[in-house]
This record gives sequence, C-alpha cells and structure tokens, in this order.
Amino acid sequence: MSRDEMHALQSKRLQKLVNYVYHNVPFYRNKMQAMDVSPDDIRSIGDIVKLPFTTKQDLRDNYPYGLQAAPPSEIVRVHASSGTTGNPTIVGYTRKDLSVWSEVMARCLTAFGVKRDDTFSVAYGYGLFTGGLGAHYGVENLGATVIPTSTGNTDKHIRLIRDLNISGIACTPSYALYLAETLDKMGLSKEDINLRIGAFGAEPWTENMRKEIEERLGLKGYNIYGLSEIMGPGVSYECQEQNGSHINEDHFYPEIINPDTLEQLPHGQQGELVFTTLTKEGMPLLRYRTKDLCTLMEGECACGRTSVRMGRIVGRSDDMLIIRGINVFPSQVESVILEMPEFEPQYMLVVDRVNNLDTLQVQVEVRKDFFSDDIGSMLAMKKRLADKLKSVITISADVKLMEPNSIERSQGKGKHVIDKRKY
Amino acid sequence: MTIKQVSVFLENKTGRINHVTKILAANNINMLAFSMAETTEFGILRLIVSDVEKSVEVLRNANFAVMLTDVVCIACPDVAGSLATILDQLAEHEIFIEYMYAFAKGENANVVIRPNNIDKCINALEQCNCNIVRNQEF
Repeated sequence: MSRDEMHALQSKRLQKLVNYVYHNVPFYRNKMQAMDVSPDDIRSIGDIVKLPFTTKQDLRDNYPYGLQAAPPSEIVRVHASSGTTGNPTIVGYTRKDLSVWSEVMARCLTAFGVKRDDTFSVAYGYGLFTGGLGAHYGVENLGATVIPTSTGNTDKHIRLIRDLNISGIACTPSYALYLAETLDKMGLSKEDINLRIGAFGAEPWTENMRKEIEERLGLKGYNIYGLSEIMGPGVSYECQEQNGSHINEDHFYPEIINPDTLEQLPHGQQGELVFTTLTKEGMPLLRYRTKDLCTLMEGECACGRTSVRMGRIVGRSDDMLIIRGINVFPSQVESVILEMPEFEPQYMLVVDRVNNLDTLQVQVEVRKDFFSDDIGSMLAMKKRLADKLKSVITISADVKLMEPNSIERSQGKGKHVIDKRKY
Repeated sequence: MTIKQVSVFLENKTGRINHVTKILAANNINMLAFSMAETTEFGILRLIVSDVEKSVEVLRNANFAVMLTDVVCIACPDVAGSLATILDQLAEHEIFIEYMYAFAKGENANVVIRPNNIDKCINALEQCNCNIVRNQEF
C-alpha cells in the first residue's frame, strides 16, 4: 500500500472514529466541546492534532467503564492491566475488536516467519493480562498449532518443546533466558530442541539479551510491542530486517509528541509515543499517551513493507520502571514506607540486571528512635517492609537498611531511582 | 549494678567504624571495649566507653542511630576455668545470654554480658560472689 493510500484510509477511519466517540463517550464529547472542536473539523489524518489527548489517569478516573463506547451487550471480553496504584485499567473488546486483534497478531507472526505447519507455544500469562490470549488467537488465526503453555512449570514446558517439536515461542525475553537456564539444568541443549522463532515483548530488552537468547535456544528472536490500553500484543513487530518495528498503522495511528509542550514532532525526532485506535469499538482511545520514548521512521523497509516503523523504546517520560515485566512506580514504594514509622521518608530504588534478571533494591533509612540493639528485631523490621512491598508491587525487592541521613537529599523534586541497567 | 553500653547502627561500608572511632577520639572519649555484631548488610557496633552521655551526644550529632543498652559486666580472675564457673551458675538459673564479649583490664578479664533478664542475672551472680563491675570503676 502506498503512503497516499494509507493516509486516505487513516483519514477516513479517523473521521468515523471521532464521530463515534463524540456520540458515545461523554468524556470525549466534553473534552472536544471544551476545546471547541467538532467532528466536522476532522477532515484528514493531519487534523488529529486538533483532538484531545488521553492519559492513564483518565482511564483510572473513569474506572471501570467510563471510556467504553460500545454498549455492554456488544462487549464479549474484558482484560485488565495491573492496578497497583489506584484503579486497574479495564479494557472491553467487541467481537470485531477481537477479530482485528487476532489479525494484527497474525501479521506479526507472519513477519517473524511463522507458517501454518509450525507449532507455537504461548508462554505469556493467560488471564487478565493481554499477552497470553492475545498471542493465542493470533497463532490460531494464522492456522499454526497453538500450545497454550502460559507461565510456570518450566520443566514440563521444555519436555513439550522437545516432544511436540515446538518451533516457535512467545514469552518475555527474561523468561526465554530462564528457559535456557532450565534447559542447561536438565542436561539438555539447543541441539535437543527445534525452536526456530521467538516472539519477545512486554518488557524492554537489549541487543545483548537477544544475542544470548538466540545463542542458547538456537532460534531467532523478534521484538513484538503492544499495550493493553490500545489492544495488547500486536501493535508493532519486527520484520526479518530487524530495523525498527513496523506499526499496524491502519489500526493504530502513531504520533511522536514533545511530552512537555505536547506538540507533535516530525518523524525522526525522539519524543513520547502516542496512539489513536482507528478501528476499535469497545474502548477506542484518541491520542493515548504511552509515556514510552522513541522515534518514528518513515520510508520503505528493505523487507518491502511501507508502514511506519518505531525505534527501540529508549525510556519513559514518567518515572515508571519495568522490572521483570512488571510496571513499578516509585510512588508505590513511597506509600508503603510512609505508612511505617520505623523508617525515614527517604528512599532510593536501585534497579540492576544481574545474570539477565532484573533486580530491585529498596534502600531506606532506619529512624533513630526505632534502632534496636537486637539484630533479630532489626531483621524483622526489614522483613516487614519487604513483605509489604511485595504485596503492593507484586515483585520481591531486596530491602537495605541504611544509616540515618545517608541517602542523598536533593533540592526540589527528589531523585528516587538509580537504574543501572543498560538498554 | 548494670553498666551502659552504647550501640551504634552501621551500614556495611568501608570507613564506617573508623568514622565512629574518630569522633570519639576527637572528643577525648576512651573506648574500653567493643564488639561488632554483623549481618550481610548492616552491623551493630557495641561499645563500652569512658563517657556514656557525651558519646551519645556526639554520635547523634554526627547523625548516627545510637541507643543505650543495659549490660552486666563482671571481672573474672585471669585463670583457666573462672568464666566456666560463672556461666554454669547462669545456666543453672536459666538465664539466657543474648551476646557477650570480653576485654582485659589489669589482673582481671572483664566480661560484658547481655542477658535476657538483667535482675535475675545479677541475683545469680551475687549468689556466687562474682565480682560485678560498676561503670565508674573504669
């Protein structure tokens, strides 16, 4: 498809979308009226800059179904993202949404080289998380055989990979490395299995991780990008060239904005990635701010595809951390520490990657009044914090007790994160 | 009959103990004994010092987490078996020792004991005519 044809299709779809949300979602109608924009003002895709943005906070404020455009009778499935700070994000899908999703997922898998006679293991979590079911229906739609492994029971997984001659796998890159380690422990190697293709996503990963996974599992690893607010996995994908990820832009229109001025930036410039769901019915979103920082690339790819590509995610425009695939906000840690009088309200999160596994250390200062001469009660204090953190952020953190006044105080906005990982 | 031990919280980091000793030196405070209790990431430095109040003050001013703990100090004759006799006595009275450490002073070996029950411990020691040291004797 030529660029002009794509723009014409996007323009047509945007007009339809704006009319649809204006008449079905009071949140968008109010926002547009406040900005003095009517659906008639949107004539082409370039007019998208006139439309309001949507943020994660908007989704929380309108919990659970405030941004849903389709009537409940049309919703056939609901997914939810982790709601560890405030309300979870609820996303309802119509039957057509699910069909678009499995279509875009199948495109990704096709680009990775998956064929009908492949057997594909989906080792993302099945459930409220979009990873498992999203990849699952993509494989089915393509016509390959899907093995819904989900996560856990890695020994059994490896036996299935060997015995069922599984040729492809979808999982997080860290799980792929864990799989490689388990393979070693079982006394097996890549020679014993026939994995050919890996679809890796849901967390940032490096070229070094890619090399290591490819070397140890004997496959080729491809990046797949997505987010539950927009759809789930399948928003963009790498082709054989692996020079950026092609965006399924007939369904998800991408923009890059300056996160401070909110102005749209030209392709090639780095900024915050924003998506508009051109065809979604259940919970369509206008200009959803992903907070992911990257660049967009135009121009025909050597693979022949003409779709816009996005570069590697280089960071976040908020302070969210992705640790072992889980979203962690420093404010969650802060709320736990503030509830415990044993600790000063000073803390530092130190994130690192040791043997390809993300680690999180939470440094806190013990308050002078709560210091005890008894090692046992100091260790109990440490464990109390570790347990509370685990219940809030869902991953385990190593708590480090620090001397009073030893964590650096900063003027103004406190610095609470040291991320030693290299991207 | 008890003496005050100064306990200081320390991160396991180069130079921390040194920092404490320098502050005490600058304030002309003598360290008679110390012991270091450690875990993999933090430690508790336990000190017997010549001037308890001043130690607490100067260490707190330097932002250390400091607390005072009551401990019992006994002077054993510096001969084989003298401590064994005393500990037998404590065991008979079912006194549990949380930690202890020793230092030499003149003819005697002094032993600092942190028992689970201070009063019971002192009673038991008095019954066997043990020489209990009081702070001012240092």
